[in-house]
Amino acid sequence: MSQPFLHKQQELSRPSLKNKIYPFLFKYGTLIVIVLTVIVFSLLNDQFLSYKNFSDILRSISIITLLAIGVTISLIVGGFDLSVGSTASLATVTSAAALVLYRQETIVALLIPLAVGLCVGLLNAFLAVKVRLPDMLATLAVMYIVNGLHLTFTKGFSIYNNMPLGSGETAPGVFLPSFLFIGQGEVFSVPMPVIIMLVAVIAVHIFLRFSRPGRLLYVTGGNEEAARLSGVPVKRYKMYAYLLSSFFASLAGIVLASRIGTGQVSAGAPLLMDGVAAAFIGFSVFGANKPNVVGTFFGAVLIGVLLNGLTMLNVPYYAQDIVKGSILIGALAFMYYAKRN
Amino acid sequence: MSSLQLRNIRKSFGRQDVLKGVSLTISPGEVHALLGANGAGKSTLMKILSGDYSKDSGTITLNGSEVSVASPRDAIRLGIEMVVQEPDTALVPSLTVAENVTMEDLLSGPSFISWNNRRKKARQHLQLVGLSISTEKLISECSLAEKQLILLARALSKHASFIILDEPTAALSQNETDRLFSVINSLKKQGIGFVFISHRLPEIFKLCDRITVLKDGNDVLSAPTTSTNADEVIQHMIGELLILEKEHVTNKKDAVLLEAHSFHVPKTGQNVSFKLHEGEVVGIAGLVGAGKTETARALFGADLSPDSLSVHGVQKRWRSPKDAVANGLSFVPEERRKEGIITSFSLRDNLAIPSFSKFTSKGFLSSSSIEKAAAEWIQKLGIKAESTSVPAGLLSGGNQQKAAIGKWLLKGGDIFLFDEPTKGIDIGAKEDVFSLIKTLASEGKGILYFTSELNELFTVADRILVLYNGEITAQFTREEATYEKIMHAATGGQHVTAISS
Repeated sequence: MSQPFLHKQQELSRPSLKNKIYPFLFKYGTLIVIVLTVIVFSLLNDQFLSYKNFSDILRSISIITLLAIGVTISLIVGGFDLSVGSTASLATVTSAAALVLYRQETIVALLIPLAVGLCVGLLNAFLAVKVRLPDMLATLAVMYIVNGLHLTFTKGFSIYNNMPLGSGETAPGVFLPSFLFIGQGEVFSVPMPVIIMLVAVIAVHIFLRFSRPGRLLYVTGGNEEAARLSGVPVKRYKMYAYLLSSFFASLAGIVLASRIGTGQVSAGAPLLMDGVAAAFIGFSVFGANKPNVVGTFFGAVLIGVLLNGLTMLNVPYYAQDIVKGSILIGALAFMYYAKRN
Repeated sequence: MSSLQLRNIRKSFGRQDVLKGVSLTISPGEVHALLGANGAGKSTLMKILSGDYSKDSGTITLNGSEVSVASPRDAIRLGIEMVVQEPDTALVPSLTVAENVTMEDLLSGPSFISWNNRRKKARQHLQLVGLSISTEKLISECSLAEKQLILLARALSKHASFIILDEPTAALSQNETDRLFSVINSLKKQGIGFVFISHRLPEIFKLCDRITVLKDGNDVLSAPTTSTNADEVIQHMIGELLILEKEHVTNKKDAVLLEAHSFHVPKTGQNVSFKLHEGEVVGIAGLVGAGKTETARALFGADLSPDSLSVHGVQKRWRSPKDAVANGLSFVPEERRKEGIITSFSLRDNLAIPSFSKFTSKGFLSSSSIEKAAAEWIQKLGIKAESTSVPAGLLSGGNQQKAAIGKWLLKGGDIFLFDEPTKGIDIGAKEDVFSLIKTLASEGKGILYFTSELNELFTVADRILVLYNGEITAQFTREEATYEKIMHAATGGQHVTAISS
């Protein structure tokens, strides 16, 4: 009688060890990777571990993070906003145009891109919710349209201080210092973009975790039919998600315009993929297994730390996409493996 | 007397009249059984009552005054709640138990939520339904029985006064069913009225106060449980009295088709041993969670086992279901719509899929030969469909099941694994499935019949094995088997006896 009992006990003890390590890895794997990366780069380069470098890293990811917050919210409702890059470009040139071409005040240069961005959000919502195109295809089409719009508006040229106009005169306005402060200023030697990013992450986290509309976004995305039958106005919440997504994309575009001090065309396009990657890496942070804004932040941090470290080690920029792709595979493989088990 | 009355409800979809003037009265503190074969209109009626569909005509009155149930929200406001048959359609799998139970707080509570309050509230309502699980558990990690009770707890959290239970016991074990019934009985005493949809007569007579039977969109019987009986109810459901088969003809021969010797089933972690003979129907009884599906999947190579099986006396080890099919095995899975048929494919293609190689010449599929073979089997199986090209997902449950079986008949294997083949199909279709199985046996095929519907075993099985916790704990010939003996083994009663002695 005692023998089978022993046998059973052995069987039990083996998985219990597994049961402890695996959940730990699923929960903290991404953070462990970030810490390991920091340690490795610090050993390889003595300038890596400095306040200056870390504020550089955070500043470099701030715009991506803002954009990625938008992507995250669209993912939460079960959608996917691919138009955020174009929307950011549109915001960049509209704020620059307001300042440089039309001599407007900073406040106008902030409100116009946000308003235009919300229009893009409405268009996305209309196509995905009313016309019921698949989210990815609807926002892909809108991505092209918005990209074309902002290029048509600028005739393909970037907008900068003292730029010559067609009439032979120079542009009447300039980037105002108060506008430039958003992207270039510092408060207690913390760069403004970093402050904006952290405030946005914390505010959106609180919104998603503790507010009714925030939770309803998760309910809608988690099971749309169940949400509908519980009386959740799912269409309205999907619309809110697309509006928020475009709002954060526009905010990213404004910070970008202020940071580089020009209304550079197509500046937002390369941000899209990094934003999407950050949002998906974020799934794996703290074992959330669903889109979440804190995870998205750490996803962006991971990308930022790696790119910064690789640049310091003189790895050419064109090779860095290989690394980004590999991290994304790692994070997703981790998440799906965790889901299956 | 705040009873809920439906009067003369009509509803048609296109040209099809699904409800032809149905009336139903649900009183507080009453469990009202709603019965009917598939297609009788039960689901449609309940969807109208829960605000999912709108009625064409008729009235719904509550407390004597007419009410409008135009949306799910209206139904909730009036205190009408539905606990759906498949809880996954009503719960959010990626969120926690607490969040799902207190979902209503998100619709009418304060703007900012307190997680502590929500957890506390969820715990209270879970207690009412006798469920003690962590409120932080994700729904995706809960068992089906837990999900059902979670849905019931959620209905209570919304202060429902009328609760519709759609086949709540279909996937529950006996213990879980008993627990659910005691919860229903205690809620009934608090004045909650229930509509209880079920196909299982014994439990209806045990639990319900009143029975209404629907047939073809009409209410054909409504009576207190005490003044009717099973025969009368069945008669109204099918329109004619079914005569239960008393005599059993066995076709069992001596040749062994399939033999498992200490065959390891990875998902249950247990080993099973049995023999299946030519022309034999072996019933494998087990309650939910006994490991029926897991065992069937391992035998079919859907979950890989390190052990081999003896098929026609030759040792074989599966590396994929393809190997099993090549050796004459066929598997009719429990999850019909997910695994048995491809809902978006035509009926014709569904029947032909396992045999595509048969219909291929020079690398191309011959649609004319598929059409011919499909039409022939649709007729043989009595599948009711407008044409061979109708998407399989649009067929009724019983016809879908016939398609899921038919595809293997077209293939022509000789060992059949049936996993809960009568789940969610009506009595008429059940009879068809039974007679199909008997025909297969008479042709010398071997059948493993996995089921939790113990009474079905007496209809089809030559021999009965009982599965408990993944192990075969008992074996009975048809003559030896009694309902009590099987139940004893299936609930693990033998284990208790063995330990105490």
